[in-house]
Amino acid sequence: MKSILKPLLMVAAMAMGIVSVATLPARATLELNVNKGNVEPMPIAIPDFQGELGAQISAIVTADLKRSGLFAPIDKAAFVEKITNPDAPPRYEDWKVINAQALVTGSVSKEADGRIRAQYRLWDIFGNTQLAGEQFFANDANQRRVAHIIADAIYEKITGEKGYFDTRVVFIDESGAKNARKKRLAIMDQDGANVRYLSDGKSIVLTPRFSPNRQEITYMSYESGQPRVYLLQIETGQRELVGNFPGMTFAPRFSPDGQKVIMSLLRDDGNSNIFAMDLRSRSTTRLTNSTAIDTSPSYSPDGSKIVFTSDRGGRAQIYVMGSDGSGQTRISFGDGVYSTPVWSPRGDLIAFTKQSGGEFQIGVMKTDGSGERILSSGFQQEGPTWAPNGRVLMFFRDSNGGPKLVSVDLTGRNEQPIPTANFASDPAWSPLLE
Amino acid sequence: MGRIAALTRNPAMIALVAALAITGCASKKTPNSAADLGLNGAGAATPGSAQDFTVNIGDRIFFDTDSTSIRADAQTTLSRQAQWLNQYKQYAIVVEGHADERGTREYNLALGARRAAATRDFLVSKGVSSSRLKTISYGKERPVAVCDDISCWSQNRRAVTTLSGAGS
Repeated sequence: MKSILKPLLMVAAMAMGIVSVATLPARATLELNVNKGNVEPMPIAIPDFQGELGAQISAIVTADLKRSGLFAPIDKAAFVEKITNPDAPPRYEDWKVINAQALVTGSVSKEADGRIRAQYRLWDIFGNTQLAGEQFFANDANQRRVAHIIADAIYEKITGEKGYFDTRVVFIDESGAKNARKKRLAIMDQDGANVRYLSDGKSIVLTPRFSPNRQEITYMSYESGQPRVYLLQIETGQRELVGNFPGMTFAPRFSPDGQKVIMSLLRDDGNSNIFAMDLRSRSTTRLTNSTAIDTSPSYSPDGSKIVFTSDRGGRAQIYVMGSDGSGQTRISFGDGVYSTPVWSPRGDLIAFTKQSGGEFQIGVMKTDGSGERILSSGFQQEGPTWAPNGRVLMFFRDSNGGPKLVSVDLTGRNEQPIPTANFASDPAWSPLLE
Repeated sequence: MGRIAALTRNPAMIALVAALAITGCASKKTPNSAADLGLNGAGAATPGSAQDFTVNIGDRIFFDTDSTSIRADAQTTLSRQAQWLNQYKQYAIVVEGHADERGTREYNLALGARRAAATRDFLVSKGVSSSRLKTISYGKERPVAVCDDISCWSQNRRAVTTLSGAGS
């Protein structure tokens, strides 16, 4: 067996104290084509990993894969073989009879230096072969991350697409009565674990978005009295006003290179235009100049274009322009009102909120506005954000007295609630962590 | 800060207005001022006080869905407001623009701002000095009425003229 280091994961994981040591690759025969219209979830068996923390880690891996909608974890009660040595080939026949197509075995142990060591192997049951095997060392604090990294590795090995489980979500935690809502900036893992609050709830805060470097967010706060866009360093808590504009600034987002923040600025006449601010030179560039509401700008992943909402044609619709403001073109023509366009990290689609027939819909369209597909409809829901692999959206839905977070995949068939302690809104998904 | 300003910021007062607004949901008529909401029982408010403004003049106007134009009924209220504000010049004024929940958050921030600006511009056209007037948008973040139906939404699509800086 040849031992190969995975350079990308190795470098990235080192920074967080997670080290990938060895991979044991083999030719993949097991495949799940996620580009097919109707994906049948792949039956996968994930026995509890060995070791004191093993069951905990494998449960997180199982939950991640299950929520993706692409995997159907098999009930452990059906297992025939009891895995005692996770490094030894399984009795393939025992897993074939319960129709497992893939099997994940693993173990978690404590090292003398206090770190945990987690390893997994992915087996192709009908190919009678091992597809992958890796081990990781991590600090206690990164236990859950190890599980997410393993889930991402399995997802990628089988689907050929990058995973999205080792990611975080910034959002607005909401509590209290509807007419006196306390809103706090909060951050958590994509599965709802490890919630941390980043503001005290004294001022209204809205619309947090991640920087591509994952260390900063931009958001809007009423703390100065006038609503304005800020930057926040997540780890240090350091905050900074973005620009020095006379009026309200809102709807901020980073450029894909992290060098600019694009946002709306209120004009004195009550209309709103889109500006970009270069974070290093502090220079601002006006990108739209209409007597209309121009807001919710979002860059294409290559930074060359910007999609935004405007009501210049009467009611809110989606427009695309060059990143210098050139060639402003309406792309939404469906029956309804469109807003909150967000460009997919893959570049192929634009997600949006559409109001039509008394409902709020979350949908996607191609970047020229064609091929609109509604993924989710409800009485009140809005604000999609993309998982970094461009396969899953998260948004918020108001029902039962307040908003909660929901994810939906691009088929529209796999909708999942994201557990939060309180009401939650304005989710923004991070890139994959490093 | 004077007692008057303190009164308008009193949470109990705000809660009272909100509670009455909820009651108002049952009525088909869209209330157009605190007076319409039955608050004019407190007609004994000292002339020139913030309470006088809220109760006897009416501190708020309402808008049609996704609209920022000042309706005829709102013009009447704003004309009354302008007259009062021109009489009691000690107040600085902040016009709050609000939207109902039937729009997305960012769009509604912009919509609330436009409503506040339209309200400000109307007051200025009636002689209120623009140097006394500021605007702020709360989008849909501060509803006063909290039931999920049309009568509530109509009360949340509003611009509220608030007084501050009295007595200097």
